[in-house]
Amino acid sequence: MAKYLLLKHYRGGPERSPQGCIPMDQWTPQEISDHIGFMHHVADTLRERGEFVEGEGLSPDGAFVRYDGEGKPPVTDGPFAETKDLIAGWMVIDVDSVDRAHEAAAFLSSAPGPGGVPLNEWIEVRAFMAEPPVITE
Amino acid sequence: MTGQEDTAASADSAASGDGAPVHDLAELLKQLGPQVLGILVRRGADFAAAEDAVQEALVEAFRRWPNDQPDEPKAWLVTVASRKYVDAVRSEVARRRREERFHEEPDQGATEQADDTLLLLFLSCHPALPPASAVALTLRAVGGLTTRQIAQAYLVPEATMAQRISRAKRTISGERLTQPGDLGVVLRVLYLVFNEGYTGEVDLAAEAIRLTRQLARTSDEPEVAGLLALMLLHHARRASRRNPDGQLVTLADQDRSLWDTATIADGVRILQTALAKDRLGEFQVQAAIAALHADARSTAETDWTQVLEWYDELARLTDSPVVALNRVVALGEVDGPLAGLKALASVDPGVPRHAAVAAYLHEKAGDLAQARDLYAVAARAATSTAERDHLTRQAARLHTDGT
Repeated sequence: MAKYLLLKHYRGGPERSPQGCIPMDQWTPQEISDHIGFMHHVADTLRERGEFVEGEGLSPDGAFVRYDGEGKPPVTDGPFAETKDLIAGWMVIDVDSVDRAHEAAAFLSSAPGPGGVPLNEWIEVRAFMAEPPVITE
Repeated sequence: MTGQEDTAASADSAASGDGAPVHDLAELLKQLGPQVLGILVRRGADFAAAEDAVQEALVEAFRRWPNDQPDEPKAWLVTVASRKYVDAVRSEVARRRREERFHEEPDQGATEQADDTLLLLFLSCHPALPPASAVALTLRAVGGLTTRQIAQAYLVPEATMAQRISRAKRTISGERLTQPGDLGVVLRVLYLVFNEGYTGEVDLAAEAIRLTRQLARTSDEPEVAGLLALMLLHHARRASRRNPDGQLVTLADQDRSLWDTATIADGVRILQTALAKDRLGEFQVQAAIAALHADARSTAETDWTQVLEWYDELARLTDSPVVALNRVVALGEVDGPLAGLKALASVDPGVPRHAAVAAYLHEKAGDLAQARDLYAVAARAATSTAERDHLTRQAARLHTDGT
C-alpha cells in the first residue's frame, strides 16, 4: 500500500523510440484518438482494480515564478520552449508493491502511437513520501 | 449468546477502553454491522453476498431508526439483512435461470459473537487477497468502517476504495472456509493496519488494537496476544512520538512522562501471559523488546543486554534484514559503537535506515564528519518526510557544531 506518481514527459528522460520522436500533430486523427482512448482505458483499468488515485494532463505552456520581496509583484520568467524536460501529465496510483507500480507504468507506456505501434514512452515512477511506521525498533 | 451489554462491550474501542453505552447511531451501526455479518456467514451465507446484504440493511437502519428505533436493533438487522440476502440470491438465481431455489436461508441458531469475529477475519484475510485488499475488507467487514472512512484513512478516492473492496469480495466469493483460515495472514494484516499510523480522521492504530483484542478473546494462540501486546506497548508512547511542531522524536529523546502507563501495564500483562505458554513467536519477541523500552526511565537505564538477547532470539525466528539492523543498534549500546559498526558491515546495505544507523554509530564513536555525511545520505533515502526532516536536522546539527 504505497502511492506512486507516474509521470509522462513530453521531453526529457532516456532516449525515445523512433515512433516516440514523431510529434503528435503529424499522426493521423485516428492514431491520436486511439492513443487518448488507451490512456482512458489505463485509468479505467486502474480504477477497476481499486488502484487509481488521480490523473491530470498539463498544458505545455507555463512560467517560472518567484518571490521578489515585500510589496513587489512576483517575478515571472519563461516560457522556455527549449527546456530539457517538460511534463505532459501524471497519474497517481496506490498499489501493493513497487513491482506493481512498474507494471502499471509499463502498461501506460504501451499506449499506441503512429501505425498503432506501442510508443514505448518512458514513464517516470516516483514513490510518494509515506507516514513513518509506528513500529521501528 | 452472552447478552447485549456484553457484545456492545466486546466491540469497545481501544481508545475508550470500556463498554460505555452507545448513543451515536453511526457508532451503534459500526458495532452491529460486523456482528450481523458474522451471524449470516456462520449460518452458511456466502460472505460476499452477505456483506452486500448487511450494508443494505445498515443503510435502511440509518434511514429509519432516527424516527423508529427497534427494541432489538441487532435482531432487526439480522432479519432485514437475511431477507435482503435471500432476495439477492434468489434474483441472482433467477437471472441465471436456475430452477432450484436458494436452500440456505439462515437458520436461527445460537450466536457466538467471538467465533464470528474469527470467521470474518479468516475470510477477510484470505491468502488469495493482496494485502491492501485484505486490509480494506477487514476494516469494513470486521471493523464496521464505512468505505468512505477507509478511503479517507488511506487517502484514496472513495470510488477506488469501493472498487478495491468489491474486487476483493469477488475474489473470495463462494469461499465457504471448510478449514480454519490462516491465522498468520490475519496477524500480518492487523499489523499492517496498526503500523500505517494515523493520517486521517479514522484512528487506524486504535482500530487495529480493537480488532486484535477481539481476536485475542477467541484465540489462545500466544502470537495473537503477542501482537496485541506489541501494539499496546507502542500505542502507549504515541503522545511522545512527535513534538508540538509535529517533528518526529526518537525513542532516546521522547518525554517518557507522556507515556501511557496504564496501556503499558496492560501490554506487559498480556505479554507475560503469552510468554508463559512457552510457544515463542516473532510478535511476542518484538513485544518483549518494546516492554523493555517501556520499562526504562531513559535509554541509559534501558536493559540493553536483555534487548540484545531478544534480538538474538528474533534473528533466530526470522532472517529479516530489518531485524539484523535493529540488532546492531542494541549491540552498539551493549558493546559500544565500534562493535556495532563491525556488526553493521554484515547487514545488507539496502535495508531501510541502514545509513541512519551507521550515522548514529559513527557519531557515538566520535567520528562526527562521517556521521554528518551519513545522516545526509540517510535523509535522502528516507521514505517519509518526518524521517527525512529529522535526519536532515541531525546532519545540520553536526554541521553547525563545526565539524
